[in-house]
Formats: sequence, structure tokens, C-alpha cells
Amino acid sequence: MKKTFPIFAIATLGLLSYALYQALVVAPTEVTMGNVQRIFYYHLPSAWVAFAMFFVNFLASIWYLAKRTAGSDALALASAEVGVVFCTIVLLTGPIWARPVWGIWWTWDARLTSTLVLWLIYVAYLMLRRFASGGQTPVLAAALAIFGFVDVPIVYLSIRFFRTQHPQPVIGGGPGSGLDPRMWTAVLWNLAAFAAYGSLLVWTRYHMAMVERQVEEAHAQRALESDEGADQ
Amino acid sequence: MSSEHISNDSTAGIQPAVALSEVVRHFGRFAAVRGVTANFVPGRLYVVLGENGAGKSTLLRMMAGLLQPTRGTIRILGETDIRSMAPRMGYMGHAPLLYDELDAMENLRYFAGLYSIHDDRACAAAIERVGLDPGLKRRVGQYSQGMRQRASLARAILHNPELILLDEPFSNVDVRSAHAMARLLGAMRDEGKTVFVVTHQAAVVEPVADESIVMHTGRLVAREHGIPHSLLSPYSQPSEVRR
Amino acid sequence: MSVWGVTQRTLWKDLRLEWRSKDAINSMLFFALLVVVIFSFAFDPTAEESRQIAGGLIWVAFLFAAVVALNQTWARELRNQVLDAYRVSPAPATALFMAKALGNFLFVVVLEALMAPLFVVFYNLRSVGPVYQLLIVGALGTWALVVNGTFFAAMSIRTRSREIMLPLMLFPISIPALLAMVDATTSILTGSASPAFWIRLLAIYDLVFTTVCLSLFETVLNAE
Repeated sequence: MKKTFPIFAIATLGLLSYALYQALVVAPTEVTMGNVQRIFYYHLPSAWVAFAMFFVNFLASIWYLAKRTAGSDALALASAEVGVVFCTIVLLTGPIWARPVWGIWWTWDARLTSTLVLWLIYVAYLMLRRFASGGQTPVLAAALAIFGFVDVPIVYLSIRFFRTQHPQPVIGGGPGSGLDPRMWTAVLWNLAAFAAYGSLLVWTRYHMAMVERQVEEAHAQRALESDEGADQ
Repeated sequence: MSSEHISNDSTAGIQPAVALSEVVRHFGRFAAVRGVTANFVPGRLYVVLGENGAGKSTLLRMMAGLLQPTRGTIRILGETDIRSMAPRMGYMGHAPLLYDELDAMENLRYFAGLYSIHDDRACAAAIERVGLDPGLKRRVGQYSQGMRQRASLARAILHNPELILLDEPFSNVDVRSAHAMARLLGAMRDEGKTVFVVTHQAAVVEPVADESIVMHTGRLVAREHGIPHSLLSPYSQPSEVRR
Repeated sequence: MSVWGVTQRTLWKDLRLEWRSKDAINSMLFFALLVVVIFSFAFDPTAEESRQIAGGLIWVAFLFAAVVALNQTWARELRNQVLDAYRVSPAPATALFMAKALGNFLFVVVLEALMAPLFVVFYNLRSVGPVYQLLIVGALGTWALVVNGTFFAAMSIRTRSREIMLPLMLFPISIPALLAMVDATTSILTGSASPAFWIRLLAIYDLVFTTVCLSLFETVLNAE
């Protein structure tokens, strides 16, 4: 891998450490919930990073359909996988936070529900990539990715409206629900750290996918040139 | 290993009906077609021979536009955009390509519509030409194999295409039907159409064949005038063709 | 030939084929009846609360019936590789898609027309809101399921485990539409709220996804 990768990796590590320090030490303890609230610094940034990953997946998929390059397909796959991971983090940290504070594991609040739907859409995308056969996988997956991302605003709209009709307890208020400025700093540092970490993961996964592709092409080339059979 | 004397024809100035250039097709790691280069002038009947898995059907499907080559170019009637040539091409696949629940006329009427042909007479003419009865109301699913293949051929030619691609048209067909179909293909060639026939039964099509092309493990290994005696048996090996 | 011309002819051809073979229709009708009966056992129709959730029950039942129907859609084109004949012809891919989607729409509407009265009878349903609103929600909602369902069915036939791939892809993306259908139906039946927002949402959903389907179908049809 290029020389920039290790530098980026170390920088990310540094960011993550500092963000951890911000989240656990610098940020003030929340008045009503106590230290459990600090999970918010993982919950919210993860949601934003997941969303950003799915946006990258959307762009990469469109690029693939237009140009059919190996790189765009690899990027689509990598960003979807990493996006699902961060999405999973949101879905796990939500209940972990909710249980001690509100006594319930889950509430169908707007953000959590939307994240769940997002998770379902992109897990379906990953399953399609696994179940589709052969050369058509990238095309089918790219099509599904476009459907999925186009659906995202409609998902948010519909769930938000549904929640105003049938209100439920909201986990961890949104931005502007009385957050101390020092808490915001912690959120932003963690956002930067998670974005860097997410990018690092995507970069790695992208590289892996490209190497796998090179191996396949080498096999195909060998099959092409062999004197006897066409099957290598 | 293409025969010298065919490519230096006196018809060398005519635009080829089909032009293949370094055509490669992979399925994952398997290379079905491994670099085929050849030009085919119009108005001839070409027979594509080779053992199972030699890449004949794959090559034909690429010519029909059903499959994209992994590398290389295919020009049909001078065009690389094969879809644009669709009205001038007919394809008969290995499978019947017909709806079992409809009778022959109903099938042809539907497919004729796809070619913007709304005239029943064209459908009836095609059905008669292959030796079937347009008035027969029996569903195609209940046809014998010979009748079904003939009906499939009717579908492939009903829009009077210049280029006809046939994949194993004689498979499981009775001898009489097979010879009738071969004669029909020869007649179409005489009308100036270009015909490609992929088949294992070289003997059936030998009387009307202009050239034979032999494929072996994805490569074009021989090209002859007519069909050499050594290839008439379905069990012959390409290595028996000596140049 | 125009796109609409090809669509029409293909639709008629499919309807005729369906009529001749009665493949899907018989099993579908019976399946629909079974679903309604089983739901009646699972969700006691006499309980007061059941009327509140009738909207949800009906649409989940429709959804399952639709999925079973959609899985059959492309099966006929794969038998005898007939799809190749279409692809080789100059006819546009979008016409094929519209014909299949419209055919599925008609099919599912017939199923709904049979299941809905059963639900009304078993659950003693009475609508407080106007029935024409229910019909609008029904039409828009059914199209939402069918348009994407037809597309994903075409994709799933090229995959392993094709029967499970269709619902796997369809359900998550349909969630906002389902939410709209269910809440709108419940609002109309109980007269508790106006379904206007949901109807607008469904209309937007239908418009957006019909466009996406038509734009991408040719690409997906010719993927290998």
C-alpha cells in the first residue's frame, strides 16, 4: 500500500484517542442521565458517518453504471460494508443508552427507526452481492444501491410524520435540545475521528477488493493463454 | 490457423456481414471464447462446428447481442451497436424461444409486433415456409420437437432478416424435418441472406454449406470451403483437419 | 413500434397466457383466502383493538399475496428462454417492464378485490371515512409494491435463492410506502385523521420509483 496509508492510520489513531479523551474527560457530565449519556458521543457521529458512507455508495454505484470501472464497484462495496458497520453501532448504542436511562430497550423514535430501515436496506444490498451470480453482480448491486439511496429521504419523511401523529419517547434529543457547548466540541471531535476511521476502513477494504480482482484477472488471463483447456 | 485461400477471396472488397476482432469472453475464470478474429462476407451459409464447450454458442450469442464480449469488437453489418441492427437480424436459440400456451400464429403475431409488423400474412407466410400449417390451433407446447424447431425458425425469419443466426436448429429433430430445414436455409442463402448455423450434425447441413468454421476450446482452429469429409461425423476431432 | 404499442401487446399476450395456463391465479386465490383465515385466528376479530389494527392486517396480507404473485412474473419468460427472443428484437426494454408491471398490478388488484370483502366480513369492518379515499390509497399503494416488486423480481431470478431475494430487497425499500398505506387506511377506517399527507407521500413514492425502474430496467435486463 502507498506510504500515505500508515501516516493516515497513525493520524486516525491520534484523532480517536483525542476524541475519546474529549468524550470521557473533557465533556461535562450530563445533569439527569449521568455518565451513561457519554455514549451519545458514539451514537450520533456513527449515524452521520453511516449516512455519509451510504452517500458514497450511491455515487460510486452511479459512476459504475456510467463508466463500468473496477474501482467504482470496489468503492461501492467497501462503503456499503463500512456503512452497515457504523449503522450497527448506532442500533446497538441506542438500546445500551436507553435501557439504564429510560428503562426501555427500544423506542420507535424517528432517528432510531430510520436508522433501522437504512440498516435493512443496505444489509439487503450486501446479501444481493453475495447471492447474485457472476459478472452481473456489480450491475444488479449498483441498481439496488440507487433504489436504496433514493428511498432514504422518503424514509425519513414518512417516519417523522408518523411520529408526530403517534409520539413516542425520544432517545437522546436531537441537536439543539439543550446541549452544552463543550458537549458539542466532543461530538465534533468524535465525528472527525469516526470519519477518519471510517475512511481508513473503506480504503483498506477497497484495496482488498482491487487485489482480489487482480487475482481473478490473472486467472482469466492464464485461462486465455493456456495451450490446452480454457478452464484455469 | 485460418485458411489462407479464404481470406484472400476475390470478394475481399465487400463489407463483411460479420466482423470479429480479437473477441474474448470470460465467465469468471473460465474463458469460453479466447480471441477469435474473422471476417464473414454476406450471402453465404457458414457452419460452426466444434465439440461441446468449444465456445460456439457463446460466440453466436455475442453476435446476436445477447452477451457482451469481455474484450474485442464485433461488427454486425458494419455496426458495433448490435441493438441498432436488431430489425435486420434473426436468432434461433438452443431452446424454442416460443410460448408453450399459444399456437404458432399467436406466437408469431406477438413477435411480429415487436418488429412493427402487424400483418398476419407475413406470419402465415413464415409458418408455411417452414412447412407448418398456419391454421393449426394446437399449442406449441404440444408440438413434436421437429415442429417446434420449425416454428422457432419461422419466428426467427418472419421479419425477413439479412442475417440469421441459428444455434443447434436440428437438435432432436427427425431426419425429414432436419433436411427440410437445411434446404430452406440454403434457399435463404440463395436469396442473398447470410446464415450462421451452429450444429453437431454437420452431415445434415453439408449439402448447403459454403464454409465451415471449427472451434476448439474457445479458439477458431480451422476454416474451410464446404465441410471436409473428416468433419462430417459428429465425433471427429478438429486435429483431423490438416492444413 | 411505439413503446405504448409494445406494452399493450405484451400485456395482452401475458393476460392471454395467464388465462390459458391459470398457473398463478388458482394458487394465488387459495393463498389469499388462507391468509385471511389465518390472520383471523392470529388476531381475534371480535376484540375491540382488532379494528384499530385492521389497516395493518389488510396490507400485510396484501403484501404477502403480492410477493407470491410477483415471484411468478418472470418465470414464464425464462421457460424456453423466450426472453432471449424479446431481447434480440428491436422492442424497447421499458415496454417490457411496463407490461409486466401493469399485468402484476391487475393481478394483485384482483386478489385485493377478493380479500378485502373477506376482511370486511370477518372483522365486521365499517369505514368512518369515505370509501373513495380507501380506493385511492389502495391503488397508489398497490402500484408502489408492484412497480418495485416487478423490478426486483427481474433481478432476483438471476440469483441463487431467488424466492427469498425478492422479499429481501422489496420489503426494506417499501417500508415508507407500507407505513403510508397502513396509517392512511387506519385513519380512514377510524375517521381519526386525514390521509392527505400519506396520499401525497404515496404519489411521490410512486412517481420517483416508477422513474427509477424505467431508467434502470434496460441496464438490468442486459446484465449478462
